[in-house]
Amino acid sequence: MATFDLNDDSVVVIIGTGAGGGVLANELAQKGVKVVALEAGGRYLPEDYINDEWESFGQLAWLDARTTSGDWRVAKDFSGLPAWIVKAVGGTTTHWAGASIRFQDHEWKALSTYGAVEGANLLDWPIDGAEMAPWYDLAETKLGVTRTGDRAGLPGNNNYLVFEKGAKALGYKEVHTGRMAINSADYDGRMACQQTGFCFQGCKWGAKWSAAYTDIPAGEATGNLEVRDRSHVAKILHDESGKVTAVEYFDKDGNKQTQKARIVCVAGNTIESPRLLLNSASEMFPNGLANSSDQVGRNYMRHVTGSVYAVFDKPVRMWRGTTMAGIMQDEAIHEPDRGFVGGYELETLALGLPFMAAFLNPGGWGRSFTTALDSYENMAGMWIVGEDMPQATNRITLHPEQKDQFGLPIPNVHFDDHPNDIAMRDHAYKQGIAMYEAVGATRAFPTPPYPSTHNLGTNRMSEDPKDGVCNKWGQTHDIANLFISDGSQFTTGAAENPTLTIVALAIRQADHIAKEMAAGTI
Amino acid sequence: MTKHDLRGLTRRQLLSRSLSAGALAMVGTGFIAAPDAAWAVEVTTITPEQMATLLQMARDIYPHDQVPDQFYAVAVKGYDSEEKKALVAEGVAALDAAAKAAGFDSYVAAGWEEDRVKLLQGMETTPFFQTVRSGLVTGLYNQKEVWPIFGYQGESFSQGGYIERGFNDIDWL
Repeated sequence: MATFDLNDDSVVVIIGTGAGGGVLANELAQKGVKVVALEAGGRYLPEDYINDEWESFGQLAWLDARTTSGDWRVAKDFSGLPAWIVKAVGGTTTHWAGASIRFQDHEWKALSTYGAVEGANLLDWPIDGAEMAPWYDLAETKLGVTRTGDRAGLPGNNNYLVFEKGAKALGYKEVHTGRMAINSADYDGRMACQQTGFCFQGCKWGAKWSAAYTDIPAGEATGNLEVRDRSHVAKILHDESGKVTAVEYFDKDGNKQTQKARIVCVAGNTIESPRLLLNSASEMFPNGLANSSDQVGRNYMRHVTGSVYAVFDKPVRMWRGTTMAGIMQDEAIHEPDRGFVGGYELETLALGLPFMAAFLNPGGWGRSFTTALDSYENMAGMWIVGEDMPQATNRITLHPEQKDQFGLPIPNVHFDDHPNDIAMRDHAYKQGIAMYEAVGATRAFPTPPYPSTHNLGTNRMSEDPKDGVCNKWGQTHDIANLFISDGSQFTTGAAENPTLTIVALAIRQADHIAKEMAAGTI
Repeated sequence: MTKHDLRGLTRRQLLSRSLSAGALAMVGTGFIAAPDAAWAVEVTTITPEQMATLLQMARDIYPHDQVPDQFYAVAVKGYDSEEKKALVAEGVAALDAAAKAAGFDSYVAAGWEEDRVKLLQGMETTPFFQTVRSGLVTGLYNQKEVWPIFGYQGESFSQGGYIERGFNDIDWL
């Protein structure tokens, strides 16, 4: 494994090692670029993962202090936990469910397709489906996505079989066990899914793709990548010309270090990435780095989510098998007659008893709540993933008083549902309940959103520098050697789970950075 | 009833008293226990009556008729601490005061769950209620021993997952 000197100013420094940063680090290393990846979390591999919901949460979740505001229910139910993401080498690819679907062509052009929506800060991406197609191909191959290439789909578990029957009873056509980055057969040196459940807690078989045990060690094996774990970045530094030059971070012993850099790529997920740019404010950039547009931290998106659980008169045992291998895509269309723009997917989802107790109806108690859990064994579940509206006022800001363990201002996450979000969620609840009732559900539960797992948009891409933070390569409009490499660069959220798109963008960005470095332009 | 008063009671008196009060648990000096002695919780800081009230509260907040008292007792055992003592004393006193105002001798003396739930609803926004309720979410449902009662099987990795053990065995669709 490589080690680079703190004063080596020829390295690319990547902050974060998840779907964006972890993939970018490996892709650059494969091309011979020297990379230092700084990761706030520790290293955990399949043998370390714990198949117990709360214990695993304690091991992997990002639990640094955060505050919330706005009318979203998460601010009331989980005021200190706006997002359920991971602090570890490999980032949230440890926790993700594996759903890997491409954006649809029209979703790259939300403003053009939907038209202006009152209260929404819609914009077209500066890229489109044709531009992204070859990068999606590479991403699907990397992740071993089922139902792409010659890879078979996963078999359906009990939860899926209930879901499928309900969907088909309603006349839905696009219903299958998903395009999943979970092996249906041995692939890339990793084994096939054993239908164990606990996909959210880290796959102990390694059947689900995670950067933690694929891209990270592959990058390290090249001798071009050094990953420093438990290294929390505090600030990005720049010179008088406005170019970034180094990164200040706290190492695993809590000592402040400064790593010089030729290029800095920010991939700390959608809350931490803008927080870091804002915390890096200087005399030259008083509003934070790359923030001449005032869009850093704004347009925070988290998908229209929610769940539908239902109980039947006989057992389902939804926890057995792959957590999210089931999808219904017929509603993932733009059909404004439904009362909203954009679309949503319905995907199977199961929680264990401990998390079901925490998330079914947070704050709920008494027999209405407990009789639902009494039927846990007879329960089926699905999750809503839909496109939410970017709003300038939904944003990450620095808390005026509260500081984290390093003395850095913590982030506040403000989110108000847009009327379009509410209309879409209500439609999805209705359709989800109808699916289960069609199979004989005796009771259904429209369950509120969990802390956000899909965090997007706070350093968005834009054609015009005044509309966003970065250009079509993720390169910030203001600073040529500063890149955004995670989901915060999303211009809009689309209806699809974001990881495949984050990975495809990272592969594409690595290609661009390597070419520009070779050409000597950055 | 003070701790001193309790000392004079025989086991039979304790038993009949607790049953007449509608509580399932027996209250003794420094402990509460199941009438059949299947389980017992020793208290060292809060009073046995306070512990019995917490136990009844736990049952009323998350009532599962098929879950025995012992699991609820484990879930509220942590309130027997110096740190929680004041919260518990004030909370139980407020609950009992509300019960008296409603015509009951105490919260646990209200025989019907419906009546006790009304008393709890009256203090739903208090830190005492919210602490007890939110603590139960993990305190009760994260006990591995309680999972089988709900049919939940927990981890399956040690058994090779469900690929050959019924991941798709649904037979009634």
